[in-house]
Amino acid sequence: MTDASLPENSAAAPAHRSLNTVDARTRKRNRAEARFRAYGIAAVATGLVFLVILLGSILFNGVGAFQQTFIKVPVYLDPAKLDKSGERDIEAIKKVSTFGYTPLIQQGLFDVVQAAGIETPLAKPGDMKQMISPSAAAQVRDTVIENPDLIGQTVDFRILASSRVDGYLKDRVFREDVVRDKNIDVEHLDIVDGLVAAGIVVKEFNLTFITGADASESRPEQAGLGVSILGSFFMMLVVLALSLPIGVAASIYLEEFAPKNRFTDLIEVNISNLAAVPSIVFGILGLAVFIQFAHLPQSAPLVGGLTLTLMTLPTIVISTRASLKSVPPSIRDAALGVGASKMQAVFHHVLPMAMPGILTGTIIGLAQALGETAPLLLIGMVGYIATNYPDGLASGFMDPNSAMPAQIFEWAKRADPAYYERAWGGIIILLVFLMTMNIIAIILRRRFERRW
Amino acid sequence: MYDAPSLERNVDQKEIKFSARNVQVYYGDTHAIKDVTVEIEDNTVTAFIGPSGCGKSTFLRCLNRMNDTIDVCRVEGDIRLDGEDIYDKRVDPVQLRAKVGMVFQKPNPFPKSIYDNVAYGPRIHGLARSKAELDEIVETALRRGAIWDEVKDRLDAPGTGLSGGQQQRLCIARAVATAPEVLLMDEPCSALDPIATAQVEELIDELRQSYSVIIVTHSMQQAARVSQKTAFFHLGHLVEFGETGQIFTNPVDERTESYITGRIG
Repeated sequence: MTDASLPENSAAAPAHRSLNTVDARTRKRNRAEARFRAYGIAAVATGLVFLVILLGSILFNGVGAFQQTFIKVPVYLDPAKLDKSGERDIEAIKKVSTFGYTPLIQQGLFDVVQAAGIETPLAKPGDMKQMISPSAAAQVRDTVIENPDLIGQTVDFRILASSRVDGYLKDRVFREDVVRDKNIDVEHLDIVDGLVAAGIVVKEFNLTFITGADASESRPEQAGLGVSILGSFFMMLVVLALSLPIGVAASIYLEEFAPKNRFTDLIEVNISNLAAVPSIVFGILGLAVFIQFAHLPQSAPLVGGLTLTLMTLPTIVISTRASLKSVPPSIRDAALGVGASKMQAVFHHVLPMAMPGILTGTIIGLAQALGETAPLLLIGMVGYIATNYPDGLASGFMDPNSAMPAQIFEWAKRADPAYYERAWGGIIILLVFLMTMNIIAIILRRRFERRW
Repeated sequence: MYDAPSLERNVDQKEIKFSARNVQVYYGDTHAIKDVTVEIEDNTVTAFIGPSGCGKSTFLRCLNRMNDTIDVCRVEGDIRLDGEDIYDKRVDPVQLRAKVGMVFQKPNPFPKSIYDNVAYGPRIHGLARSKAELDEIVETALRRGAIWDEVKDRLDAPGTGLSGGQQQRLCIARAVATAPEVLLMDEPCSALDPIATAQVEELIDELRQSYSVIIVTHSMQQAARVSQKTAFFHLGHLVEFGETGQIFTNPVDERTESYITGRIG
């Protein structure tokens, strides 16, 4: 306040300032503060909007993959075709390939269409081909080989519809586009409409997508993420078994025991730098060391795990060292003061207190490794690899496999839009795994954190 | 203000516990302790006083080789405990620290139960052969620490849940539990309120019966209250060492006089 505004004050006495009026300087400061708050809120809001868009688009695009279109077809397992000798000899039955089964299924579907009274210009059972997944024949054949006594009976099957029919029900395939599509015709779509009305073509939960193996380009309806989930699982076992003990041991040594000299400084700087090295560099290192030099099998989860261990180690070392550093030095003094050795002080007191941080860092490192794709490209854990479930532990580590993110990448590359949908669906599964791991990290943190 | 302490003085000649001769301590290039020679008696409370940064804590930490944990720290000279050189190559600092217990400035109980806090030392040194024996050691130590009555019903409660003064007495009990011969206390009351301070000081006076106690303190009143001998450190030098009563009433060195009358420090 100036003297002019308060003329009754003498020049010598400090001007009286009422607390009820805010002076210009304070107003300016308050405005600056309000602006800063607004920036902060705007930044958070922008972040949230993008998060919502991300999650929304993933869900919107990917949820379809968790539903699949099936056709309920009674198939007459014709003995004349499947078991010509009539002796139910399993070897003879196995000689009939899936080509022997396809006409039976087509006939079955044709009969269903006739029985439902759907009018269609398609007059041959063979015309049903485009509506049935190529995998249906294998499904029926497997059932017959498992139980040869079914031959001669009419058995109800729930077979996969072709990906075009599936796409039609999921609004991915439209009538106007079908004209240019030689895989399906408008007439087929008419039949599908009729069969949906009759409850024969149904959309059901797609367990195969979560448990199944990858499929060829031409049958996306059959493809699943299951085998690559196992591939990722075996890789994570390798990463956990190697990076946790090595990383924690290295951090404890560096943080608690190593002399502080130029050499350890150099190591420290290098570890920090390694954490920022692009993952593809670790991939080519893994290729050179584990495959070309050590001659480990290509595409094996063991090699993938070793490569990802290289990538995860710096993360674990850095977070472990940070949590060791955060343990108050007074605890070390206390332990040494009662005559504990350095190692006893570390293992009895420092390590338990650092445990929540170490576990969180490890799980975050693992989650990072779980989502990593680039190094896997270089060691061949990508592409059309997964055809069968690994048979036992050894095969799980050593047999060629894929991994979740690599499988998603592979699907996203494929031409069929049905695979596009599956790529998004795969992302949902991957995110569920990552979220689970993060929740475990939070729970462990809560559990181990002692209050004092 | 600094009247002659009214504590009863034990002027009998006592056994020498620690004898330090020409001790030099360097932190890197800093010469922190300059040529300190001192003899510390058994069953006596010896106070180290002096302004901040004068090296009194550094010297204290030499006596149980806690300075070993600092990479840049170098100790020269000769420090003997009962006539044995504690910096001899054959001496394991772990054994030394069991014999020379330490209580720190800030109460630092382990984040464990009260019982485990006290039992930790005896456990790692194998002092108890059975649970009953360990129980007894813990009880004795907590009684020595004058905290038994307050915690006997909640030995399983976390040691960190106690009040500051209780925590410090727990730390003293923890130091006592390993049956040391010397207790080093690095400003044990600086984080405590006056009531807790009084309790700890009383305890120190009792501990004198069984141990040689060396206490670093900023408070000259405290040094006057609890100690029989006082050493005044200034800028790394041991300026004056003698009977507490004499130091506070009739200092020989003018730097000591300036410090105790509040002109430096």
